[in-house]
Amino acid sequence: MKANKVLDAKGLACPMPIVKTKKAMNELESGQVLEIHATDKGAKADLAAWTKSGGHELLDQAEEGNVLKFWIKKG
Amino acid sequence: MSVHVMTAKEVARKVIQKESFFILDVRNEDAFQDWKVEGDNIQHLNVPYFDLLDGVEEILPQLPQDKEIVVVCAKEGSSIMVADMLSEAGLTVSYLQGGMKAWSEYLEPVKAGDLKDGGELYQFVRIGKGCLSYMVVSNGEAAIIDATRMTDVYLDFAREKGLKITHVFDTHLHADHISGGRAIAETTGAVYWLPPKDAEEVTFSYEPLEEGKGVTIGRTTLAIQPLYSPGHTVGSTSFIVDDAYLLSGDILFIDSIGRPDLAGLAQDWIGDLRETLYKRFKELSNDLIVLPAHFMIIEELNEDGSVSEKLGTLFEKNHGLNIEDEVEFRELVTGNLPPQPNAYQEIRQTNMGKIAPDEEQQREMEIGPNRCAVR
Repeated sequence: MKANKVLDAKGLACPMPIVKTKKAMNELESGQVLEIHATDKGAKADLAAWTKSGGHELLDQAEEGNVLKFWIKKG
Repeated sequence: MSVHVMTAKEVARKVIQKESFFILDVRNEDAFQDWKVEGDNIQHLNVPYFDLLDGVEEILPQLPQDKEIVVVCAKEGSSIMVADMLSEAGLTVSYLQGGMKAWSEYLEPVKAGDLKDGGELYQFVRIGKGCLSYMVVSNGEAAIIDATRMTDVYLDFAREKGLKITHVFDTHLHADHISGGRAIAETTGAVYWLPPKDAEEVTFSYEPLEEGKGVTIGRTTLAIQPLYSPGHTVGSTSFIVDDAYLLSGDILFIDSIGRPDLAGLAQDWIGDLRETLYKRFKELSNDLIVLPAHFMIIEELNEDGSVSEKLGTLFEKNHGLNIEDEVEFRELVTGNLPPQPNAYQEIRQTNMGKIAPDEEQQREMEIGPNRCAVR
């Protein structure tokens, strides 16, 4: 999937993956896509919930080895 | 104002003493709904930390002025962040050290009773997850029953009391938590006992736990009598200790009874469950003190934090022991089952020795409540 920006949040513990995601999102325009790489397992449920509460859209997610990948479209 | 650290042990003491305090749980809503720190006088507010990144002002009116506030999250990172923000806003708050992970792993040792030969029986209350394990102590020796994977707690406890652990038992193959039994036996050289009918697929050697085989702990004769009591699993075995205590495993709890479906054969085992509860246990002395392997709700805790009740009282008050109609009983134990525990299949595989997840994976597998009972 094509992303406008890639955020590397690997090795970061909660709450940092979401803190960084939020920051990165602020720099995007509505409709653009952010790709996030994280290793904190808690990010899975939290990013999904945050995306919803923030009015964004979780387009897709994948697990490659121990890296969790997310694609979020800015609302 | 300031931020304090609160340990799981301190929170456990508060819950046991029924102290009144306030929990701001900053995990996502699903995690909070699934499982939280519970207590008689705890007030909760759940606001996910990711809704507080821009500031905590909006929730300030919802926080009490006159109660201790503890911020809780999954591992502690987010609760520290939120606690810092609240502190900057002028509040004095604490956060739960290690988060729900630490809460899930904390064991509170409580003395459950004395034995006739001067020995003692301890109950280890895993208050966050509702698991109960036991140590029978007599004349410098100890037996452990239904140990959790936090094996250091038992090993340290035995070391402090100068005890040699000689026998380790699991009443059944657990589906809700990872057993520490095998690891303790390996560390201490103790004998590890499992009911053979639950152990058909295990990858390690064990001593078959069968009715009629008494075990002696210490130099005096402390008999641990196995009592075959199938129904939760096909091998489930209870113990009568010192003719006074009935360690009922996951068959009979204080306010609920075991569920028959976690090993996959609900329909087959309903009859076993009923026979165990309504016939085998009925023939036992009403004066036996029932010590189960779980509690489900915090109301089941006694004043000192222990979980126990006389068998006679359970036959009077436990709804699951008082259903005359077999069809109605069948409906209770199969028709209305709570969700299965998190990762219960993987937990069973781990307890059989088929897979060997690392500590972090084991932690993740055990997240959430135990859910081994039906009410």
